[in-house]
This record gives sequence, C-alpha cells and structure tokens, in this order.
Amino acid sequence: MSVFDGLKFRRVSSPIHNLDPRIKFVYVIVIFIAAILFGEILPLIALFLLQIPFVLLARVQRQWLRSLRGATFLAMFIFIVNIATKFFTAGYILSATDIEFSAAMTLRFVVLVESFSVFFLTTSPDHLGLALEQTHVPYEFSFAFTTAVRFVPVLAEEAQTIMDAQKARGLELEKGNFLKRIRNYVPVLIPLIVSAIRRSLELAEAMESRAWGATKKRTNLYALKLHRGDLALLALTVCILVSSIYVRFYFVVPTLVQLF
Amino acid sequence: MIEVEDVHFFYSNQVEALKGVSLTIKNGEFLAIMGQNGAGKTTLIKHFNGLLKPSQGKVRIDGVDTRKTSIATLARNVGFVFQNPDHQLFCETVEEEISFALKNFGFEAEAIEKRTDWALNLLGLTQYRKTSPFLLSGGERKRVALASVLAWDPEALILDEPTIGQDYRQKEKLRQFIVQMQSQGKTVVIVTHDVEFVAECNPRVLLMKEGRIIADGEGKDILTDPEALANSSIVLPQVAQIFTYLSSLGFPKNIIDVYEAKAIILKALEEGRE
Repeated sequence: MSVFDGLKFRRVSSPIHNLDPRIKFVYVIVIFIAAILFGEILPLIALFLLQIPFVLLARVQRQWLRSLRGATFLAMFIFIVNIATKFFTAGYILSATDIEFSAAMTLRFVVLVESFSVFFLTTSPDHLGLALEQTHVPYEFSFAFTTAVRFVPVLAEEAQTIMDAQKARGLELEKGNFLKRIRNYVPVLIPLIVSAIRRSLELAEAMESRAWGATKKRTNLYALKLHRGDLALLALTVCILVSSIYVRFYFVVPTLVQLF
Repeated sequence: MIEVEDVHFFYSNQVEALKGVSLTIKNGEFLAIMGQNGAGKTTLIKHFNGLLKPSQGKVRIDGVDTRKTSIATLARNVGFVFQNPDHQLFCETVEEEISFALKNFGFEAEAIEKRTDWALNLLGLTQYRKTSPFLLSGGERKRVALASVLAWDPEALILDEPTIGQDYRQKEKLRQFIVQMQSQGKTVVIVTHDVEFVAECNPRVLLMKEGRIIADGEGKDILTDPEALANSSIVLPQVAQIFTYLSSLGFPKNIIDVYEAKAIILKALEEGRE
C-alpha cells in the first residue's frame, strides 16, 4: 500500500500547499509533456532535479520518498524490459548507449511518478474539487472525482481489515504458485467490491436525504484566486514548456556516451 | 492459555496503540474487554491470533511465541470473529462460506460436510444452507460469520462486538451459546460496549483506556465501580444503578445480576413486612 501512502494528502501549510491547484495541475501536465518529449537522459535528469525544491518547500520528503519506493518495482521492470529488448534485437550485445537509453526510459517513468506524487501530496481533495468546478466541469463529475480520491485511503484500510479477517480463517495469501496466489485474493476482492458498492448506495441515499442537486447553480464558500506565487509558477511552467519545445526542435540533445 | 507480557504496539503511523499491556487468560476463562473507542481493545485481541505482532514484549499462545509461528497455525486454535461480517463473506452459498476455513485447514471432505452441518444447525442456519450470504439480513450475516469460525471448533474464541445489530432474543441465544462453550472448557474473549450484556454474562472484565489496562477483575466488582467506569466512558448497568440509589438504605452496591437483585429485594421486603 506504500504507493497509496505517497499520494495521500496531509493537511499542512506550506507555500506549495497554498498554490492554486489549477496552476499546479498545469505544471504537472507540462512536466509530463516535457518528459515525453525527451528520450535522452540529460534533460530527464534536469526534470527530476527540478521537482526537488518543490518537495523540500512543501516538506513532504518522507511521503514523497515512500511513493518513489513504491514505484521501484515498476521502474525495475521498465529497465529490465528495455535492456532485454535492446539485448535481443541487437543480436546479443549490449552497448553503453543501450543501457543509457533504458535508464532514461526508467527515469522518465520516475519523473512522471514524482511530479504526480508532489501534486497529490500537496493538493487537498477539496481544493481539487473546487478547481474542477471553477473550470466549469459539471458538478456531478467533479463531485464523483473528489469522492473517489477521498475514499482511496478508506478502501485501503478496509482491504487490510478484510485480509485480516480471511487470514483469521486460515487463508494464506503467500501460498502456492503464481496463479494460485492470484486466486488467493478472490476472498479479499469480493468483500471489498461488495462493501464498496454497498457504501456507495448508502452514500447516495445520505446525499439525497440532504437535498443533493436541489439547486442547479451552486455557490462556494471559498473561491480560488490567483496570487503572486501562482503567477510565478505559471511563468515557470510556460518557460519549461517553451524551452523544452525549443530545445527539442532546434537542438540535438547529446547523450552521456557522446559527451564522455 | 494466552499470555501477554508487557506488550507495546506501534501502528505504521507511529501511533502507540498499546502502552505496556500484561495479562494472562487461562484456558476455559470468559473475559470481556471494555473501554472507549480507540482504547486499544481491537489492537489487543488481534495479538491473540498473530494478526498483529507486538512491537515490544511478548504474546504466547499455549506457550508458543506468536512471532515464531504463522497466523494460519495460530488460527487453528484461536478463532476470531470480526465485527463486520461483510468483511469476510464472499462465497455463493452459506454452506460454502462455512466450509471455506475447513478447506484452508485441510480437513477431509467427510469431516468438512459433518462440521458444516453441525455449525449450520448450531446457529439455526440450516434453512439458509443454499442461500447467498449477501441476501441475508445483517443479524443473519453475523451468525454466518460466527458459524464459519465455529465450524473448525477452535479452543479459544474471540468475538469483536458480537452483540451489535442483534435483537434481544439473538443476544440471549449468544449468551447461552457462550455458556455452552464455557461448559466445554473453551476460552471466550469478547470485546463490547454492551454493558447490559456483560452484566448478564458476568465474566471477568478488563477495562482499557488509551492503550493501558486500567481495571481487571470480576464483573460485579468492576461494573459497579463508578470511578473505573467513568474513566472508560461506560455507565453502570441498570441493576447496579438501582442498587447505587438503594445503598443509602443499607443495600449492597456491587449487584449486577437481575436474579440476585430480585432475591435481595424480596428478602428486604419480607423483612420489612414482619
């Protein structure tokens, strides 16, 4: 569950937490685009390092590291698959360029994970919903989205309880071969799904009994406003976007192998 | 025998849920653990079948350290029924649900059938044998969950909030059932907020607060100790409340059993008439 821990929001105040979620989201998308634009390791290293001041400013290092640790397995997988494909297609030889390329692909994934992690660690579900609403996403959708985000930790906790209950009835999750292990999770998944459905029905009834959707036009207690910090972040975002597109189309990005 | 030796337990978020708990539960004993929400009751009982292992200290079940064995091995002797039956029901029929654990523990087909029949019968579920557990009412689902644990006939039984959502008749059945388990020499541990239920059963009572045990003793002493109860957000059982009011007239205070109360009052009335 450590991947989820890396996405769980904790209510603290920091310059990053107070930024406008819309701008933060645009920033994450730009980092995403930039990471996709480059297949070379140098710009990806730059993108990776770029996130670190944000993490430190927001004081979420520990959770952030946990989310990176949660991503290690997938990262290793990406690295190995890349190396293996290069190795077999090139006729059973491995060059330094190939290793660098595989490392770059892995780093690209890590950059995506770290930027999304920073976003979710520093943006409260309420803020997120507000941002969606003020960008004119229909309230039904923004509500469904924020509810889903909010229930992730609840479901994670419930999954743990269900696992405990089945273990108490002699279920051994770690027993058997690969297929058997997957089947071992059936007694965990069914109660989890059933209780999620039951919970959603109850939630729907509770909402309707509190007049959900009674008025078409909703007002909010808080309105999002852009502050100086938001504009600075927006400027930075535009800079990153423009410069990465510029570098991509007008320069040849050298690889480490070519440099040394 | 369940031995707990100075156990501390930290959850992953560094919350210390148990702050040095020691107790011994002898074979055949009936123990009720009470205390306000967040006192560490559920954390404590999860140590009894190895679901949680102590961060410090030791838990031994029949002399075996829970850290040195598997949950499946411990569960064979210590049955644990969770509070919410929906956290464990997943089969298509009640029958399959009850035989699930038996299969896990490697019972033979014949024994599985026999024990399933026995458990269905014991909890009055025989007519639901082929019904989906999801179609049953809350109270019935709770009984299915209980039956699915009883089926393998564990030496000790741990029940987390067994009386929630049960009507009075079911509670009474549960009480009789616990008495029956007792007569077979089985250990029963319940966690509950239901002070009247505890008063009727009159077990050994353990009060917990903020990860510590604050009182441990006979039900009729602890459930009539206003100070200990106030510390754990519990009110006196009704019988004890009446006897607290009557204590100024020279009645004893530590009475929780209805029949004992009746005898004392009748005797006093007789004496008054003479």
